[in-house]
Amino acid sequence: MSTIERSSRQSPQLRPPKATLSARKRFSEENVAKVLFVVPAAVFLLLFFGYPVVKNITMSMQEYTTRTFFTGEAPWVGFQNYVAVFGSNLFVPALANTALFTIGSIAGQFVIGLALASFFRRRFPLSNFLRSMLLLPWLLPLIVGSATWRSILDQDSGILNRFLEALGLIQEPIPWLTSPAVALTAVIIVNIWVGIPFNVTILYGGLQDIPEELYEAAALDGATGWKAFRHITWPSLRPVVSVVLVLGVVYTIKVLDIILGLTNGGPANATQTLAVRSYQKSFIDFDFGVGAAYSNILIVISLLFALIYLRANRRAVDE
Amino acid sequence: MNNKRRVTVILAMAAIAPLTFTACAGGGAAPASGGDVKSLTVLDSYNNDPDKGILQASIDKCAAKVGVTIERTTVPGKDRMQTVLQRSSSKTLPDVLMLDNPEVKDVAATGALSPLSDYKVDMSAFAGNSLDAVTQDGQVYGLPLPADTLGLFYNADVLAAAGITPPKTWDELKAAAAKLTTGDQYGLAFSAAATYEGAWQFLPFMWTNGGDETKLDSPEVKGALQLYVDLVQSGSASKSVINWNQADVKDQFVAGKAAMMINGPWQIPALAKVPGVKWNTVQIPVNKPGQTPTAPLGGMVWTVPRTGDKAKQAKAAEFVACTGTEDSQMALGKARNTVPTQNGLHQKYVSEVPTMAAFTKQVEDARSRTGKLGKDWPKAATTIYTAVQLALTGGASVDEAFSKAAAG
Repeated sequence: MSTIERSSRQSPQLRPPKATLSARKRFSEENVAKVLFVVPAAVFLLLFFGYPVVKNITMSMQEYTTRTFFTGEAPWVGFQNYVAVFGSNLFVPALANTALFTIGSIAGQFVIGLALASFFRRRFPLSNFLRSMLLLPWLLPLIVGSATWRSILDQDSGILNRFLEALGLIQEPIPWLTSPAVALTAVIIVNIWVGIPFNVTILYGGLQDIPEELYEAAALDGATGWKAFRHITWPSLRPVVSVVLVLGVVYTIKVLDIILGLTNGGPANATQTLAVRSYQKSFIDFDFGVGAAYSNILIVISLLFALIYLRANRRAVDE
Repeated sequence: MNNKRRVTVILAMAAIAPLTFTACAGGGAAPASGGDVKSLTVLDSYNNDPDKGILQASIDKCAAKVGVTIERTTVPGKDRMQTVLQRSSSKTLPDVLMLDNPEVKDVAATGALSPLSDYKVDMSAFAGNSLDAVTQDGQVYGLPLPADTLGLFYNADVLAAAGITPPKTWDELKAAAAKLTTGDQYGLAFSAAATYEGAWQFLPFMWTNGGDETKLDSPEVKGALQLYVDLVQSGSASKSVINWNQADVKDQFVAGKAAMMINGPWQIPALAKVPGVKWNTVQIPVNKPGQTPTAPLGGMVWTVPRTGDKAKQAKAAEFVACTGTEDSQMALGKARNTVPTQNGLHQKYVSEVPTMAAFTKQVEDARSRTGKLGKDWPKAATTIYTAVQLALTGGASVDEAFSKAAAG
């Protein structure tokens, strides 16, 4: 604070004898201003990103339970919480489910999203209206969406099974949420539905940026349809695609509300993911230390993808 | 950048900077203790009507009696423990706190609650089973509100049409459920969800059969699980039971998709809204003659947190003691279809609310979930619902389900 006061007091005097002012001093004044510009952002980052991350790391090495909240005591246990996580019989299934869930969701969202975005590139009556309707899953609170899906996917009376039966596609109702073999697929399907708007929006924006002339020139050379997509659309869209995929991974890996709303990790732990484990350990079992260990593992995985993205991006810039 | 502009910028920065810091400097001084207590803060989780209004009336009555005004805050039940933890750590616990009975021991063990004996609150009229859940190291930490439990609801018209009397044993239950399963209608609905709700619904069968949460791989516990498996595999109960919570179960019953259901008296207001469904209740069926239907004791508890303000704590205890009087318990019990937790009141209660006869008997014989295991109960509950899910989905045989679930 004192620096600010001094500089604001002194600054008005600086003006008339400009020539006599030492270069060094002016330099430092400028530096103060520079630093001050950075301060709000730095304080924000430290407060809302630095502190939680550090707290999460220390918490994962403490026995942090209901007791801690009243007494403030959280005994240091070193890596014991991580041992508990890796030693749990649910860790490997949860890790595998997280991978399947993320890969399945991203693949579905991206392919459908790209197809829809390409489709909406053509102008046709009501195309703008329909495109905005696509955003609907995004606007709906996830907990409402998953409650609705839960009734849609009900084995006996759900509309999806009734519909498929009426079409003659299935004879027996599919146990969407009640069979451990199917539940993860059902959860992925719902998450694809949730993720499509995001993919369409970003990819559509990317498609809009591709100049029309490229297609016209290519058409003259005989490249239309699939060829145009392969040689013009796809290469031009690459930077956007990498953003969509990396953000998609980071968003999907931590999905919690949809799974809690649909299956709560069941049936028989078939839809347990690392995020669900972290939530249940922290907020159901109130074993915050172990919960923090799970979420740190998630953070490391997300960080890996972010690094891959940054590297890929740098290479693209270098090229 | 010319100098004038720079000065403006620096001034602007200087103006903003203090704002960043004042945000952290908030928070008031601790409330002065002692003196005349005029108001108390209350935190509870009856956040929706009709319960919210019913409890308000009960609170108002006792507030008037002890001469305080009440500042009430409600949070949704699922956020209750998180709120309690947050307010513990920020030392802003309310003067009177409502907890669910299985939470009391855990919270008391942290030192956040004061024992009611400190204030000479007379607990002698309360039933032993209702005190099990609130007693930690020989000290009583909470005063139970009227309690609830589980029973068997049946659709009277449907059973009468099929010529079936309400089942009293497991064999009768299986036979009745099989016979009542026709078309869209299942014989029985219950919740076997992967949550504490699923565990809570399994307890009546487990305890009635002589099973115990301290020994989950006993034949008695497996017998109860076998009943679940039989009901689902024969098709008398839907495979979806593993994904239903108790509200879903009630919806199935109301929609005519289940002729009987395991549920609690808190569903009665919802059932009353559907006059077409004529229902009645009986106690949980037993496996063998001579067994006592034993269901878990549910219900909320008033506690007095240690806030550091002795005068307010004493006043809070006075308020809590008032909620334990006959007037208060009967009024709340009648309005919410919950059973007063003092055995002396049961006869009077049943004569005034005859629909609660079966539940009143069920509450008398009910057991508290944390009576034996205390803070280790959640772990046992997780093992129970996981084992149920494993057995019902074919992930493990009835024999292996509990050991496999416990290993998780």
